[in-house]
Amino acid sequence: MFDVKILGSGCANCKTTQKLIEDVTEENGIPITLEKVEDMAQIMSYGVMSTPGVVIDGKIAHAGSVPDKQTILSWFKSSCCPTDDNCC
Amino acid sequence: MFMWFADQVVYQLLALQPDNPISESLHFFIMDVTKIFFMLVVIIYIMGLFRSFLSAEKVREYVKGKSKIAARLLAIILGAVTPFCSCSSVPLFIGFVEAGIPLGVTFSFLIASPMINEIAVVMLLGIVGWKITLLYVLSGLFVAFFGGILIEKFRPERWVEDYVWKIQMGQATQLAQDDSLSARHRYAQAEVKEIVTRIWKWVLIGVGAGAVFHGYFPQEWAESLADKNNFLAVPMAVIFGVPLYSNAVGVIPLAEAMLIKGVAIGTTLAFMMSIAAISLPELLILRKVIKWQALALFTIILTISIISVGWFFNFIL
Repeated sequence: MFDVKILGSGCANCKTTQKLIEDVTEENGIPITLEKVEDMAQIMSYGVMSTPGVVIDGKIAHAGSVPDKQTILSWFKSSCCPTDDNCC
Repeated sequence: MFMWFADQVVYQLLALQPDNPISESLHFFIMDVTKIFFMLVVIIYIMGLFRSFLSAEKVREYVKGKSKIAARLLAIILGAVTPFCSCSSVPLFIGFVEAGIPLGVTFSFLIASPMINEIAVVMLLGIVGWKITLLYVLSGLFVAFFGGILIEKFRPERWVEDYVWKIQMGQATQLAQDDSLSARHRYAQAEVKEIVTRIWKWVLIGVGAGAVFHGYFPQEWAESLADKNNFLAVPMAVIFGVPLYSNAVGVIPLAEAMLIKGVAIGTTLAFMMSIAAISLPELLILRKVIKWQALALFTIILTISIISVGWFFNFIL
């Protein structure tokens, strides 16, 4: 189970990012818990200044733009079995 | 190339006669639209590649601890090449404050960022040519530089919301980043897709409005704005432009029509800058971190700087 947090004040790009992550993880059967972080102090506590930001298991995966699907998939891949391209 | 394409569509495909106002406008519209979309895709892609090396967090690191002049120059240049989604203004502002970057420098950054961006530059290059593009970029940098200095003179620190000073920025570990060229290519591609889907309608509306204004820009407006010795033309254009909000994209074709009708360059530039730099949505977002006194100061100083730039260009050109 991956713990995914989306950092952002609720702008359009943040929503797009959330939707993309939901789609990608669903398509690939990756189990996640998704949480939206809108509190500014909390967003800044990750050292992220440009939204949307994505935090996975406490690590920053992305900040400042809407990520593409392949990039999203790569975050989960590197954590489970880094050498096998066909897994996840 | 774009001319040829428009010729093909209008005169061959649709078999319209040249020298008739409808086919002329249509020709203008098709030529401008294809040219702008082509340039948008190319330039956003290149900027995207470039930007995959640069992030807000890195900008903060670069600017932090520099001497004031160096910090301000850097902030402006980085602000110009990195257009941030306006919803990022708040975390950016807090991040800058937290890094101990002077407020005046932060304001310079906040002025430069919306005013100069690759989309505006593309539209300008495509529509009014490189000379005016260069003037626009230079005057934008100038306004950002001195606007920030002026704002600083008023000690805006007292108008920053209290909670901003209290936020501590943390530092979380980064997940391993994919730095390969193909990842950067994907990043750039995603940028193109995101920006073009966001602004295509503004481009069409803007060019459409420009095409219509080509024929119908009210003559009295043009005449009163055209005379560059008319001292009031610039302030009028700016006051008219401030409440108007469009991204720079929508206003450029309008600017083209103004220029064609003989409105002076300084007046037109001032009009464009006032629309792009001062916008109500942006001010409302900034209200979360600074009090209204600072917002008023920000607006007044920007207005004055833009008017001065307009006068300056009318005077020297």
